[in-house]
Amino acid sequence: MKKNWPLWEVFVRSKNGLEHRHFGSIHAADAEMALENARDVYTRRNEGVSIWVVESKNITASNPENNGELFEPAQDKVYRHPTFYTLPDEVKHM
Amino acid sequence: MSEKEVKNLEELFEQRIARDEKIEPKDWMPEKYRKTHIRQISQHAHSEIVGMLPEGNWITRAPSMRRKVALLAKVQDEAGHGLYLYSACETLGVSREELYEQLHTGKAKYSSIFNYPTITWADMGAIGWLVDGAAIINQVPLCSTSYGPYARAMIRVCKEESFHQRQGYEIMITLANGTPEQKEMAQDALNRWWWPSLMMLGPTDAESVHTAQSMKWKLKRKTNDELRQQFIDQTVPQAELIGLTIPDPDLKWNEEKGGHDFGEIDWDEFWQVVKGHGPCNKERMDARVDAWEKGEWVRDAAMAYAKKQEDKKLKKAI
Amino acid sequence: MKNENKIQYIYGIADNALILGQRLSELCGHGPNLETDIAMTNMALDLLGQTRSYYQYVAQLSGEDKTEDDIAFLRTERQYKNVLLVEQPNRHFGYVIARQFFFDAFHLLVLEELQNSTDQTLAAIAKKGIKEVSYHQRFSSDWIKRLGDGTEESHQKVQEAVDDLWRYTDELFHITDDDKIAIENEIGVNTVAFREKYDQIIREVLEEATITIPETKWFQKGGKQGIHSEHMGYLLSDLQYMQRTYPNMKW
Repeated sequence: MKKNWPLWEVFVRSKNGLEHRHFGSIHAADAEMALENARDVYTRRNEGVSIWVVESKNITASNPENNGELFEPAQDKVYRHPTFYTLPDEVKHM
Repeated sequence: MSEKEVKNLEELFEQRIARDEKIEPKDWMPEKYRKTHIRQISQHAHSEIVGMLPEGNWITRAPSMRRKVALLAKVQDEAGHGLYLYSACETLGVSREELYEQLHTGKAKYSSIFNYPTITWADMGAIGWLVDGAAIINQVPLCSTSYGPYARAMIRVCKEESFHQRQGYEIMITLANGTPEQKEMAQDALNRWWWPSLMMLGPTDAESVHTAQSMKWKLKRKTNDELRQQFIDQTVPQAELIGLTIPDPDLKWNEEKGGHDFGEIDWDEFWQVVKGHGPCNKERMDARVDAWEKGEWVRDAAMAYAKKQEDKKLKKAI
Repeated sequence: MKNENKIQYIYGIADNALILGQRLSELCGHGPNLETDIAMTNMALDLLGQTRSYYQYVAQLSGEDKTEDDIAFLRTERQYKNVLLVEQPNRHFGYVIARQFFFDAFHLLVLEELQNSTDQTLAAIAKKGIKEVSYHQRFSSDWIKRLGDGTEESHQKVQEAVDDLWRYTDELFHITDDDKIAIENEIGVNTVAFREKYDQIIREVLEEATITIPETKWFQKGGKQGIHSEHMGYLLSDLQYMQRTYPNMKW
């Protein structure tokens, strides 16, 4: 079987000050081409100032089956949020 | 997994969708959901790239520089949209190459409208105005469909597509306001593209096999007939505005239903084209297969080169 | 400098962009894969965009009631001043890339000089174009290497293209009378001055691509005088079809 161009994930920073955001994916034979393809596909309308590409197989993703143990324990830790604490109304700027 | 467990999972799954939760690639999903999505998303992707061909036919002959760059950019967008959609499809565990294989062997379908020939410049106008118009009606609701990657691809597609229909309608306005010859060209294009555009919105609800399930999974928000009615009602005044006549003697406003009544669609023609016997089915497929086959040595070269570079890097490291 | 000379000088640059843009746009929808298809269309759009800027300027210089479209579509074949290289057909992807590579390296050097032109409009067009063409050169150089040092088949194919297209490269540096006047007036670019640099770029990239430069000392020229290859007429038939068939209409 022929070897096809691998899949890459594309992350674009829309403007300085913002984080890179996942934009989509492309196929490319190597990293250099992946950057060029990402530029040609995802920034045609001036959408970005910086691009990251990473070959999809190099991403390790959490498994949704483990979502319970991974994410639910954080739900009841309300003391991590400022609204947990009561202050008299007169206190400003806190 | 036992049958009961699967059933339980399916129920939970349906509830999630009913709650408007999105499904993401690694989430458990019923096999039927996966298959239906592969079918619909790939069909959609195929339509984008086959759809490049009828319009691509006029890029080198566009009548002005302004029209040429606009058309070129538009057809390029279609390549981009195909790409976004193939990517969305790939998250379901099928490769782009496999999807191409399905297209090239006739196993997968694409929108039949692209099997009609583009024979005058006015066809660029009619396609943008009518075909993209009908496509938008189909696509906008998909921006909130249940499968995350598909919904995200569609948001991008719809955002980019907003210039396409304007591009087409502007061509029609210019022709309709032009010389008698140009106006005739515009009318002729409308005559030829009107009925196929109506067919684009799919078979009537009575004939449509997928509607109920698709509604549940938010692959569809309205039925084919509702979408068709919406398309007609929005397009008729646009035609009137530029002095063109919709080629349907039975078309008239129905006050009671608050929409237009319209004539009988020639479903025999629809099925003929769907089944592969439209005017350009063969040309379209030949062009796709040809590009893919002639591109093989190029794709292979890039892989071979990448491997050599990688090896060189490794050698240096040692 | 007379406007007519200047216009002719601009044709010598702008027509290259038009004709190569036209050639590239033939490929839209037929690329080896979607990503590459999109990339090549981007180059076509860059080139056609540049063409429009030049032609709009020419229209203004002509003093007549002309538009960019009159200039793009309504000249006779002998009035187009592009080099023979850019009108060569898309025989296969190797040709597309080799043609692009030979042209991009030249094009970038031209624009880098043209941005210093005493003609403000040309300088501005050049300045904008440099960014686009730098990318083109990067794209075509990368691809020449991929094809040249890829598989045996790709090597042979791109070598074939280089062998065939090499004879059109000398014309890039041919100086016409209009070029001479433009150079004297510090409006135009003396291409001969960067010939060596061009040759060096080509040599270096081709070497890395394991491609051999043909030995020939025989070169073709004529495009810059409006004497084109037989391919040109067909290209123009497409390009001009609408304007010729339906004269004096708005589109």
